[in-house]
Amino acid sequence: MSGLNKNNIRIAKTIKLFIGGDFPRTESGRTLPIYVHNSKILYAHICRASRKDFRNAVVAAQNALNTWSNKSAHNRGQILYRMAEMTEGKRQEFVETLTLTLGYTKVAANKVVDDTIDAFIYYAGWADKYQQIIGGVNPVSGPHHNFTSPDPVGVVGLIADETFDLSSLVAQIAAIISSGNTLIVLMNENGGALLSSLAEVFATSDLTKGVVNLLTGNILELYKHFGNHMELQSICCQNLDEKIIGELRELAADNMKRVVFSPKASLALQHVLDFVEYKTVWHPIGN
Amino acid sequence: MQINTPKKTKSNVVTMGPPETFEYAPSIESTEIVKIDKQNKLFINGKFTAPKNKKYFLTYNPATEEVLAEIAEAQTNDVDLAVKAARKAYTGVWGKLSGKMRGRYLYRIARIIQERAREFAVLETLDNGKPIRESRDIDIPLVAAHFFYYAGWADKLDYVVPGKKVSSLGVVGQVIPWNFPLLMAAWKIAPALACGNTVVIKPAETTSLSILLLAKVFQEASLPDGVVNIVTGAGATGSALVTHSDINKVAFTGSTEVGKLIARSIAKTSKKLTLELGGKSAHIVYADAAIDQAVEGVINGIFFNQGHVCCAGSRLLVEESIAEMFIEKLKTRMNQLRTGNPLDKNTDVGAINSKTELTKIKKLIRTGIDEGGDYFEATGKIPDKGYFHKPCLFNNVSSAFTLSRIEIFGPVLTISTFRTVQEAILKANDTPYGLAAGIWSEKGSKIHKTASQLKAGVIWANTYNKFDPTSPFGGYNESGFGREGGRHGLFPYLEIK
Repeated sequence: MSGLNKNNIRIAKTIKLFIGGDFPRTESGRTLPIYVHNSKILYAHICRASRKDFRNAVVAAQNALNTWSNKSAHNRGQILYRMAEMTEGKRQEFVETLTLTLGYTKVAANKVVDDTIDAFIYYAGWADKYQQIIGGVNPVSGPHHNFTSPDPVGVVGLIADETFDLSSLVAQIAAIISSGNTLIVLMNENGGALLSSLAEVFATSDLTKGVVNLLTGNILELYKHFGNHMELQSICCQNLDEKIIGELRELAADNMKRVVFSPKASLALQHVLDFVEYKTVWHPIGN
Repeated sequence: MQINTPKKTKSNVVTMGPPETFEYAPSIESTEIVKIDKQNKLFINGKFTAPKNKKYFLTYNPATEEVLAEIAEAQTNDVDLAVKAARKAYTGVWGKLSGKMRGRYLYRIARIIQERAREFAVLETLDNGKPIRESRDIDIPLVAAHFFYYAGWADKLDYVVPGKKVSSLGVVGQVIPWNFPLLMAAWKIAPALACGNTVVIKPAETTSLSILLLAKVFQEASLPDGVVNIVTGAGATGSALVTHSDINKVAFTGSTEVGKLIARSIAKTSKKLTLELGGKSAHIVYADAAIDQAVEGVINGIFFNQGHVCCAGSRLLVEESIAEMFIEKLKTRMNQLRTGNPLDKNTDVGAINSKTELTKIKKLIRTGIDEGGDYFEATGKIPDKGYFHKPCLFNNVSSAFTLSRIEIFGPVLTISTFRTVQEAILKANDTPYGLAAGIWSEKGSKIHKTASQLKAGVIWANTYNKFDPTSPFGGYNESGFGREGGRHGLFPYLEIK
C-alpha cells in the first residue's frame, strides 16, 4: 500500500469503517483525505463517519455484548493472543502505513509494531486472571457466603488520542475488551489510515462480530454524540482537551456513564479495572 | 393477650399458620437515655460553632410530629470555614499521621459507639422514625462494625491495589441521606479517614441529630480538630459543599436526580466523584423457591425501614405458576405487620421520615391506581398522629407503569409475573438502575445463572437486605458508581499511582 504516485501504480486499499464485523463505507458518503507524511501526495481517502454510523456501531456493540461477555475468560484470552499473531503477520503492512502516513522511521515503526503485539499478549494474559486479583470472598458476620467479582461495564466508547500512538491505542482496546466489554473506537485523520490493517486483525482473530467497531472521522464533530448516547455505559478519552472532557462528563451524567481519562495507555492492570463493575453476591449458609 | 381467630379465605379453606394479628402489649423503649440539645450548632474544627447568620431550622419526630430540636443551617461562608478547617487538619495533622495512628483513632471511635449504642439507637429512632428494633439491632451495630473494619485498613493501604502505591486525596465533601442517617455517616467517614483524608459532611436536613452526637464521640476520642467537620442544612448547603473549590473528592448518597445534578456541577473540575444513588431493584421468585422463606424475604426486601432503602426489592417478579398462591401469602403476611410507634419493640414498620416523603408516596400510589394497578393495602390501624403508611402492593403492573420505573422510596411493592428464566432476567434488567436484586430458588445452578446475568451491584440469593462492612455495596448504570464497604470501598478515597 502506498501513495498514489504516477510512477508506482499499485492497487491502493480502500479504507472503510469496521462495524459489526463488516466493512461499510460511511452512510454519509463523506471522506477525509490522508496525505503521505509531510507532502501533498494523496495517500488515501478515509471515511468521515457520521452520527448514524456511530449509532449503528453502538447497536453492533450492544448486540455483541452478551456473546462476548459470556465467553469463557480463557477463550477471550485465546482470541486476544490470536490478535497478536495476526498483527505479526501484518507487520510489513503496519510498518509501511506508519512510515508513509505518520513519518516513522522503519526502526521506530517496527518498535511500535513490537509494542502493539506486546499489548495484545499482555492483555490476553489478564483475561482470565484479573478476576482473582480484584475479586474475593468477603468475610461477612453471620451465616452467609459472600463474594465479589468484576463484571464488564458494557458498551464503551473510546475516543482515540489526537496525537496518535498505535501501541497505546491497542493497549487500551485490548484492556477494555479483555474483561468482556464491547467497544466503539473513533480515530481521526491522524492514524486513521491504520484502520484497515487494524480492522483486518480483529476480523480474522475469531473475535465475535461487533465487539470492536472502528470509525474514522472528525472527533470534534462526533464526541458529543458519544456523550449523549444512552446505550453507552462508559467513555474512554485518550487525550482530549480539558474543556471537551468537562463537556463529556456533563453529558455523561444523563445516564451515569463512567468517563475514564486514560492518556497513553500502557501495560497495567488498572486499564482493565477502569472498565469493570463489581458485583457482590450473598447466599445463606445453613441447612 | 388476645388472639384473633384464623381468617377464612375466599375458597373457604382455613389458612394455616399464624392468625392475621396478635394484640401485643406495648413494649416501649425508654427515651431517658437521650438528651437532645434544644439548639444544635455546626461542628467545625473540633468545636460546636454557631452559624454565621444565626439561622436555625426545626427537626421533628416523624412518629409524633413534635419538634425535637433546632438545627443550624450552614450557609456558604460556614461551609467555607469547615472546608478550611478540614484543609488545615489535612496538611497539618491527619495527612501526615501514620496509618497506624489513624487506625488507633478509628478503633477508639468504634469502641465508644459500641459503648453508647443504645443512646444512638434511641436518638436515631426519634429523629428518623425507624423501628427501634432496626436502629438497635442493625443500624448502630453496623456503624460500630464499619469503623472497626476500616480502622484495621489504615496501616495496610499498601495491600489495597496489588503492585500499586496509594496516597490520600485531601479534603472530601460528603452528602448523605436520611434513611440510615448514622450508618451512611459511618460508610462515608470511616474509609475516608482510614485513607488519610479529612472530611466535611452534610447530613440530610431531617436527620441531623445522630451525626451531631457522633461529633461528641469524636471529641471523646480526641480526634484531632478539623479532621471531621459537620455542616447541617438542606440542598443549598450541600450544593455549597460539593461545588467548593478546595474539595478534592465528592461522595454522595441520595436520589439519582440529585446525583446527576452533582455530577454535572463538578464535571468541569478535577474532583473525584462517587455516587450511590437510587434503585428499582428486582426481586425474582422462582417456582422452585422455598416459598415461606421467599415470602419473608420479599416482605423484608420492601418493608424493611418502611421501604426507605435505596436497594429495596421494590419490583417483585414472581413465576406465573405460583403467582396467585404467593401473592395471597404475601397479603396474609402484610396483614400481620405492625405499623406504628417506632419506639415499640413490637413495631415492624415505623414512621415515614417526613411529611414531604409521605405526600410523595401517596401521590405515586394515586398514579399507580390511575394507571390501572391492582392495589392492596394491609389491614390494621396506624396511629392518628405522625407520618405513617400501611404496607401496600400493586399487582399486575407492567414495566410501562410509572411505578415500575420510578423509585418510590416507601412501603410499596409492585408485582408482575414471568414464565422463563430468560424472561425474569430480561424484566429484571429492564431499568436504568442497577443497584441490587434478589433471587429465590432452591436450585444452585439457576441462582448462579441468574446472578451472573443480572446487571446489579448487589445480588441477594435466598436472602435480602443484608449488609456488612466487608461487603462492597454500590450500583451499575444510573444507580451510581463506586463501591462502599470492603476493600473496594477504599478505592474511591485513594489516589492510585
